[in-house]
Amino acid sequence: MRSLVSHLRLAAARFTPGRAVLVAMLMGPIVGALLAFGTVAAEEAKDANVVTIDNFVFTPPELTVAVGTTVKWVNHDDIPHTVVDKNKAFRSKALDTDDAYSFTFASAGTYDYFCGLHPHMQGKIIVK
Amino acid sequence: MANKSPDDQDKGLGRREVLECMVWAGTGVLWTISGGVPHSVGLIGEAAAAESTTGFTFLQMSDSHIGFDKKANPDALGTLREAVAKVKAMPTKPSFIIHTGDITHLSKPAEFDDSDKVFGETGVQMHWIPGEHDIIDEERGKAYLERYGKGAKGAGWYSFDDHGIHFIGLVNVVDLKGGGLGTLGAEQLAWLEADLKDKSNSTPIVVFAHIPLYVLYKEWGWGTEDGQRALDLLKRFGSVTVLNGHIHQLAQKVEGNMTFHTALSTAFPQPAPGSAPSPGPMVVPADQLRSKLGLSTVTVMQGNKPLAFVDKTLAG
Repeated sequence: MRSLVSHLRLAAARFTPGRAVLVAMLMGPIVGALLAFGTVAAEEAKDANVVTIDNFVFTPPELTVAVGTTVKWVNHDDIPHTVVDKNKAFRSKALDTDDAYSFTFASAGTYDYFCGLHPHMQGKIIVK
Repeated sequence: MANKSPDDQDKGLGRREVLECMVWAGTGVLWTISGGVPHSVGLIGEAAAAESTTGFTFLQMSDSHIGFDKKANPDALGTLREAVAKVKAMPTKPSFIIHTGDITHLSKPAEFDDSDKVFGETGVQMHWIPGEHDIIDEERGKAYLERYGKGAKGAGWYSFDDHGIHFIGLVNVVDLKGGGLGTLGAEQLAWLEADLKDKSNSTPIVVFAHIPLYVLYKEWGWGTEDGQRALDLLKRFGSVTVLNGHIHQLAQKVEGNMTFHTALSTAFPQPAPGSAPSPGPMVVPADQLRSKLGLSTVTVMQGNKPLAFVDKTLAG
């Protein structure tokens, strides 16, 4: 049990920033773990406006954001891709491996986009 | 082949499997086309290859992807140099080389410079058409057209005649539409119709374009949306050969008087249709890479004989 507690403490220390570590050490591992979960959730929320490209697929294929949101596309493939709006609202340059492209959606609407090199790759951004 | 069940073995090998095995063995297959149906006349070695060049011969090279340096081949320029060394070593010089696109990986000036330099070493005339990787500069194709589009129309299409054959280079990688495949477009199709107008039905035709003109595998975008319209214009001719690249593997198909052939890449292999999650570069063990890369020799026999393809890998 002692080693399990110290393991949890270590885990909490690894995943939470300064203050959470302090709290975790004072209040014990359970509170620390809860705080760690909170931090992870916050980071996922931040990543919610990212579309990744893996294996010639946009993920998520459909994303809903608020007006004024900046969406970022990141290419993880060994082949370049582009991000092109069907109605020409935006068009990225060629994104090589790990290159990213960002576009800020200033007005509401549905934006259907595709890869200009491999047009069978399609995605959608819904701006509300 | 080791994974085959006894059932599979009973069925024997399909043409595709035979072709794959031969490529793996590092040899080439000599295809002749007679009566509209290509058949293999056996394996060829260096000696047979030398013999087959008594007619008019040209080469098809494809998908060099100069600048590619990822896991599937960290040195695509190096394997291109190996392919060029094979061209230089040919006992009879080919009349010219047709490059079916994706010369570069990212359309960068340095990549086009390397292309000039390395293909220049062949001492053989080049005929180019762009792949989608050749038109991704900021100005979407300007870099390609400045280098290789002299005298071409539109995005780089053109035709020429050699040894009584009418050669047509088409561009199907520009202005692609979401959800679609390769595209020729109305302007190019109108040009093609006019280009063919005065040609007699007995004129042998060789068409080359980057993406396959017919739909080979829609799910991966391996086909041309309006390719059938071009093929319809070519139907009346007695001999039509269509050369494509893009899919980095050999594929042959015959339909009436039309023969379709895709060439190997000199950079990296791609998976067979549907055999992988995506058509991205296929990583194979380093000692097998060269058996998946190569170039094609096309021989036009004197007189009324059919065209012969010899696909050779870099391993041979």
